[in-house]
Amino acid sequence: MIRHLAGKVGGALVSLLFVVALGFLLFRVIPGDPVVAMTRGRPVTGDQLAELRARLGVDKPLTEQFVDYLAAAVRGDFGTSYVYSRPVLELIGERLWPTVLLTGTSTVLAVVIGLWLGIRGAWRRGSRSDRISTGLALAQWAMPTFWLGMLLSLATGDLFPSGGMRYPDTPPDFLSQSLDVAHHMVLPCLTMIAVVYAQYLLVMRSSLLEEMHADYLTTARAKGLRDDLVRRRHAVPNALLPTVTLVFLHLGLVVSGAITVETVFSWPGLGLLTYEALTGPDLPLLQGTFVVLAGAVITMNVFADLLYRVLDPRVRAS
Amino acid sequence: MTAIAWQRRRAAAGATWREFASQRGGLVGLVGLAVITLLALLAPWVTDASGLDVTRVTARPWEPPSSTYWLGTDHNGRSVLLLTWWGTRISLVVGLAATVLSVLIGTVVGIAAAHFGGWVSAVLMRFTDFFLVLPSLVLAIALSTVLPRGLGTIVLAIGVTAWPATARLVRAQTLAVEARPFIERARALGGGHGHVIGRHVLPAVLPLVFVNTTLTVASAIVAESTLSFLGLGDPTRVSWGSLLHAANMHGAVSQRAWWFLVPPGLGVVCVVLAFTLCGRALETVLNPRLKGER
Repeated sequence: MIRHLAGKVGGALVSLLFVVALGFLLFRVIPGDPVVAMTRGRPVTGDQLAELRARLGVDKPLTEQFVDYLAAAVRGDFGTSYVYSRPVLELIGERLWPTVLLTGTSTVLAVVIGLWLGIRGAWRRGSRSDRISTGLALAQWAMPTFWLGMLLSLATGDLFPSGGMRYPDTPPDFLSQSLDVAHHMVLPCLTMIAVVYAQYLLVMRSSLLEEMHADYLTTARAKGLRDDLVRRRHAVPNALLPTVTLVFLHLGLVVSGAITVETVFSWPGLGLLTYEALTGPDLPLLQGTFVVLAGAVITMNVFADLLYRVLDPRVRAS
Repeated sequence: MTAIAWQRRRAAAGATWREFASQRGGLVGLVGLAVITLLALLAPWVTDASGLDVTRVTARPWEPPSSTYWLGTDHNGRSVLLLTWWGTRISLVVGLAATVLSVLIGTVVGIAAAHFGGWVSAVLMRFTDFFLVLPSLVLAIALSTVLPRGLGTIVLAIGVTAWPATARLVRAQTLAVEARPFIERARALGGGHGHVIGRHVLPAVLPLVFVNTTLTVASAIVAESTLSFLGLGDPTRVSWGSLLHAANMHGAVSQRAWWFLVPPGLGVVCVVLAFTLCGRALETVLNPRLKGER
């Protein structure tokens, strides 16, 4: 167990290092000299260019720059944003919790709704409600997240705020502030749930269908167990296992959902920060969000693997 | 190739087709795709491309649907119907090109990882797993931000982020095929890597790759619309994503201009649904375990 844990954490650390190195390749090597981009269209002398290069540390050879960059990244220093003129990490820290709130709430709700509908669909396979919910899920899966968001916003009119996280004139006490945030969160949350739950529904449904013909279910029925007990105690726990892994594997989907949904609804989270960074383009900021978002998904995957070992006695024993 | 072999192949293809045709969803998808492709190909002949030019508009901006402009006009006064129609072309081309790139990378990596084994396999699979976990949109955004804007960039950005799933699938299938005795026989008779891969592994893997391709196109088209929506598409061309980008930038929601929002998104949904239906039907035909379960 300890050895397995060490292996997994070690692998994740290597992946994180890969992400940081990829960040260097993407934002420092491919774009070329950042000084040229920063001073485009402005009269600058050769001395000023050299000074700027020395200040940014881009006058050194690439290998030396990479070592400097790695050392800074380990300290959590991702440079200064061009647009905000503030440390990237500080900006990311500010925007972190709105994203956690939005993605956390919608993922939990999407998992609950998706699993429940998936179980119902598989158990009554081919029934009218199964056909409708599967068809709807497929259609929703095909929808671009941001489009659904814009449609929802159009359809609800003035019922919900069109963007942001709170009104400036809300009283500062906790209750009115939370109600205001909840009011702003309804549409972004609904949009993310609508697109993500379909994935969970389809996975749960096919995973339960795989179990439907298993012998242990026949045995359970032969013992005289009621239908819903067979489902709840025997079929669903086994079908849940592959679903758990897939839920975590699709976290990338949640991240991309966050980027587009936050862009549509101006939700002040990491997704909107990514969008602001790419419109600049504000390369240090984009590099920071790239490393943080990718790192978060890698970390969550390690948790998924550990959770899987806790849940599945077969894996634990081997 | 002898006549008997061709006859057998024809019979097998016929059986596959009959099984595919017996699934309503697959047929609906196929017909939908045929219609959309035809419309996309016919656009330059049936419609007048000069209507796409913002300097030559005649209508007022934000005009609701009428008998002259069936789907109204956009913020520049261009016909939304015309824009959506032409958008089909870029969305399809980018979706298909990106899929070809990603399936190519995935197949090569998958076969190489399974066939050569040893450290080649270890390195390739580590690489694949890394890209599998990496959130693909984030990487695609990074790539299309640092590279010059254009169709090539967007194809590259989607292609190099979408391949890991294909690689895993192809690797599993290659391992299954290579464990069978006829591969050992081919090796014993002196067949080299090229012979084993080209004559035995590829024909066995390709049907699966084909199904995977159909499903990948669907996600590539969504990815294209997402990147263009974020403003990372080719600024000189009209695609469904770039239309929605324009709609968002110019406040179509606050203008209540549903006629500008609905058509491009509906286009994406239709194409993606058609490809998904086809892919699922093909999967059922080629994977007997799924029969009667969907």
